Amino acid sequence: MQSIAEQDLGTPKRQSAKQVTLNVDGRQVTVPAGTSVLRAAAEAGLSIPKLCATDTLEAFGSCRMCLVQVEGMKGFPASCTTPVAEGMKVTTQNEKIANIRRGVMELYISDHPLDCLTCPANGHCELQDMAGAVGLREVRYGYSGANHLDAPKDESNPYFTFDASKCIVCSRCVRACDEQQGTLALTIQGRGFDSTVSASQAESFLESECVSCGACITACPTATLSEKSLIKAGQAEHSIITTCAYCGVGCSFRAEMQGEEVVRMVPNKDGHANHGHSCVKGRFAIGYATHPDRITKPMIRASISDPWKEVSWEEAIAHSASELRRIQKKYGRDSIGGITSSRCTNEETFLVQKLVRAGFGNNNVDTCARVCHSPTGYGLKQTIGESAGTQDFDSVMDADVIMVIGANPTDAHPVFASRLKKRLRAGARLIVVDPRRIDLVRSAHVKADHHLTLKPGTNVAVLNAMAHVVVTEGLVDEAFVRERCDLGNFESWARFVADPRHSPEATAAATGVDPHELRAAARLYATGGNAAIYYGLGVTEHSQGSTTVMAIANLAMATGNIGREGVGVNPLRGQNNVQGSCDMGSFPHEFSGYRHVSNDTARETFERLWGVPLSNEPGLRIPNMIDEAIDGSFKWLYVQGEDIAQSDPDTTHITAGLKAMECVIVQDLFLNETARYAHIFLPGASFLEKDGTFTNAERRISRVRKAIPPLAGMADWEVTMALANALGAPMRYNHPREIMDEIAATTPTFKGVSYARLDELGSIQWPCNDAAPTGTPVMHVDHFVRGKGQFMLTEYLATEERAGPRFPLLLTTGRILSQYNVGAQTRRTASTVWHHEDVLEIHPFDAEQRGVRDGDLVALASRIGEISLHASVTERVQPGVVYTTFHHAVTGANVVTTDNSDWATNCPEYKVTAVQVRRTNHFSDWQLRDREEGVSLRRMAKALADAAE
Amino acid sequence: MSARKRVTIPIRIEPGSDLPAAERAAVLEAVNRNRALEGALLPILHAIQDRLGWIPPRTLPLIAYELNLSRAEVHGVVSFYHYFRQHQPGEHVIFLCRAEACQAVGAVALEAHAKRALGVEFHGTSGDGRYTLEPVYCLGNCASGPSLMIDRELHGRMTPERFDELIGATSTSAASASGSASGSAT
Ligand code: SF4
Ligand code: SF4
Ligand code: SF4
Ligand code: FES
Ligand code: FES
Repeated sequence: MQSIAEQDLGTPKRQSAKQVTLNVDGRQVTVPAGTSVLRAAAEAGLSIPKLCATDTLEAFGSCRMCLVQVEGMKGFPASCTTPVAEGMKVTTQNEKIANIRRGVMELYISDHPLDCLTCPANGHCELQDMAGAVGLREVRYGYSGANHLDAPKDESNPYFTFDASKCIVCSRCVRACDEQQGTLALTIQGRGFDSTVSASQAESFLESECVSCGACITACPTATLSEKSLIKAGQAEHSIITTCAYCGVGCSFRAEMQGEEVVRMVPNKDGHANHGHSCVKGRFAIGYATHPDRITKPMIRASISDPWKEVSWEEAIAHSASELRRIQKKYGRDSIGGITSSRCTNEETFLVQKLVRAGFGNNNVDTCARVCHSPTGYGLKQTIGESAGTQDFDSVMDADVIMVIGANPTDAHPVFASRLKKRLRAGARLIVVDPRRIDLVRSAHVKADHHLTLKPGTNVAVLNAMAHVVVTEGLVDEAFVRERCDLGNFESWARFVADPRHSPEATAAATGVDPHELRAAARLYATGGNAAIYYGLGVTEHSQGSTTVMAIANLAMATGNIGREGVGVNPLRGQNNVQGSCDMGSFPHEFSGYRHVSNDTARETFERLWGVPLSNEPGLRIPNMIDEAIDGSFKWLYVQGEDIAQSDPDTTHITAGLKAMECVIVQDLFLNETARYAHIFLPGASFLEKDGTFTNAERRISRVRKAIPPLAGMADWEVTMALANALGAPMRYNHPREIMDEIAATTPTFKGVSYARLDELGSIQWPCNDAAPTGTPVMHVDHFVRGKGQFMLTEYLATEERAGPRFPLLLTTGRILSQYNVGAQTRRTASTVWHHEDVLEIHPFDAEQRGVRDGDLVALASRIGEISLHASVTERVQPGVVYTTFHHAVTGANVVTTDNSDWATNCPEYKVTAVQVRRTNHFSDWQLRDREEGVSLRRMAKALADAAE
Repeated sequence: MSARKRVTIPIRIEPGSDLPAAERAAVLEAVNRNRALEGALLPILHAIQDRLGWIPPRTLPLIAYELNLSRAEVHGVVSFYHYFRQHQPGEHVIFLCRAEACQAVGAVALEAHAKRALGVEFHGTSGDGRYTLEPVYCLGNCASGPSLMIDRELHGRMTPERFDELIGATSTSAASASGSASGSAT
């Protein structure tokens, strides 16, 4: 069922320079050439009955409801498949047409249950509407013949049902899965009267290839495919446009509401990032927001071994402030700090860093982007001059060659992956650089032309070898380099990569990549037309993360693949607002808009506005805070919406640091892993409970709108504000809109952004300023933001995590579609049917050597820790490499990851850890102890625990 | 914690790795021979059915994988054509003509008899796994109907009695030849 708030114009919009004017029922209408008669009529305000057409899918012409008459044409053409022509005269209604339509409808209804009053689609069913529109009054055929009324219902998917008895076999669902999602999990099986919709090979939806994106549900004109939440609650009465709080795609949704209850989330057709598509997480996995585990009352305790005690907001805030003052007095101004979250809004992040800089008087603020994309910020700033991806997502539709490095979009950025796959189906070529055989390497209608299966940790060597091929085989775009880049700089880089030690042949031993394959890939990238690079954490989370980002930028500049549609360097940002949290000045050395704290102009802007002197010394990064805590000089920490005890590497070290602090304040939806070590807990608000903005991976700022009141009474920005006021660093905002005004007033790249402007345009890609009042979809168009592009020398240094005799395997980590990062949210939804525990993927060869069979419990040990988990024997990983996810805290994947990190930004090296694997029959000591502590350090005062039951 | 409930793990089996060797070979050979053709799926399905006598549903993941299709797409095609068999046929396949000329000379009665004798409907296989009954529309033997074909051998002027004889006869002669076509029915 489509959204209650959207209009369906029948067939997709066409772009054309040529406009065509036609006459429909006496009305003149002008539309782009290629538009269907059905859509032209709809634009003229005339709705022609239709069933198999919808404006998100190409027309199919199977239902025969949309017949019209066209002057000079024989018979009754289907208006959905008939393109407009100049001067065409169309009649959409007369008696003959009405009779045909009624006849067709009669046939449909003769095989359809007549339980409209109790049907979940009642009131928004297209079949019902059309029966009304064609004036169906009787069904002469009766129900005695063969029919599908007893067809069984498939309720296997946790979020939606398939009620085959209501299906009219319009194949909209099949086409949605093909065209929009690109999974092709559905088909029409059989033929004629026996044709029915089948998920994969006549399986239940859950067992089939379906990835639960929900595209088929929106496309279905009947109640056949319906959300379980809709079936339970009934139709919504209003909807609110907001932005998904999961990944960096930043899909726009309509939260369909009944009062203060969310009935269902429907992807917004007008959403610029997603164009009406979504994935399982954003669409369905919102149950966490109302999960009983949500903590909705502030709590405090004197020591982490005490049980928690509920207190009022006033008491919690006053206590936080007095602890802060006590500690700062005793241990000095720099003994405290704060951590912002990529899950919170721009406004909230801005406030936390303001609290630290203006309220605490130091620059000890950092963010979880430290552990994912800090190398992107650094690497891109050094080379092309701005810490962000260069394109919008739509740009991929103009790419001829797509290179995906260290990213797994079908799992981690599903809606972007669907667009990418659409482009691949239309003929673009694909290069995948990844140690694993991710789905893009080979799946339905997708096949990588080159898959470079490198050993983890050798990205730089591979990229240097590609650059070597480009330079030595004369594939450099000289005109581009001459015009746009620093030449001297280019020449020294060219000399550097041309050195024979960087050749594919010379580096093969280290990288494990076949030199022929690599040469072919490099040639394709350099000469295949518009070439775009998309990369993810497989690039950044390495000891040479920043170097890799620079190597990527070098390659793009050398081949002229930057500054127009279809090309570019695109980090696939992990979290919903990781771009935004970086933009907002979450790093200890940078104000909003990536201006260094030693930049006097920037600092003075803030000093003037905030009325306090600001430090020009960079503050502490997260790892430094932890180190200093262990040394005894860092004592008080405010963590907003982040779980460093689970997400950061070397868990044991982190928890030791947290334990050494005198006051840890955690602000979160749940009592997360970090909260075990907290003294004050401030309840957070989910994205449904507040206003604000998120900025996605394409720099797109989108509104988050409050759909329900904050469960705990305060949104996160209000809590930060209360804390600031209690500290005597006053903040007075009535609405996040005013915070955005302050951001715009102080941050040149945000100058033109305001809530009014966002409401008007839907969303805005920064930079948005006087030069670009509606934002900037593609950056670096005429010249690089920094002036001349800078080539950087990217020497490959092998990581210290080398596989040796004691730890002969390399562990790399990632995530899967149905779960989100540390899983705090998705573990609290029905999505756990797809992934209830983290498993270790291991190649059959390595498994056999160790006597490990599929499903065995195995111990995974690195030089710093050991955990146990079940093994999955698969050829998706290469020999010598093992892989796991980090969605479940009980697994503790980060107990084994080391504290190695990127040289420039401290981004941890999650993607490479030398490990050993052996069979075991018990869980590791860490896991057992963790289990115990998980109970003891989360105790609530007795009364509280009872109340929570 | 060590007493934690043992969970089932989603295992990603490599497509085709769980197939009986004969089926795997049939698929791979059909694929390799036809891969380059435009619309390779249909000739591949024909080749597989020619070799195995049917298209075991469990081979679809491998076919799909090899052709970069989804399983659903392959299933859609297999199920669209009645010709493609999704169930393992009996040792012998009887094609019974239902077209006009034969109908005019008693095919209807023969059909009823055949169904009763074998205890099956069209496309079904007798309980002992010996016979599969399939309809066919004209075997080009109209002058001497009713016609049927069994194991590619044509028989005309068929009567219920001759039908009984025929299946009796074939079943004895087939006893020694059985085995190759039988496998585990799914
Ligand atoms: S939910 Fe998505 S993947 Fe599943 S069948 Fe529907 S469209 Fe296809
Ligand atoms: S399930 Fe819905 S969309 Fe799919 S064929 Fe049936 S009625 Fe059409
Ligand atoms: S792709 Fe990302 S932003 Fe879009 S619905 Fe899924 S999780 Fe949300
Ligand atoms: S809407 Fe045009 S044929 Fe179905
Ligand atoms: S009609 Fe039966 S063989 Fe032709």
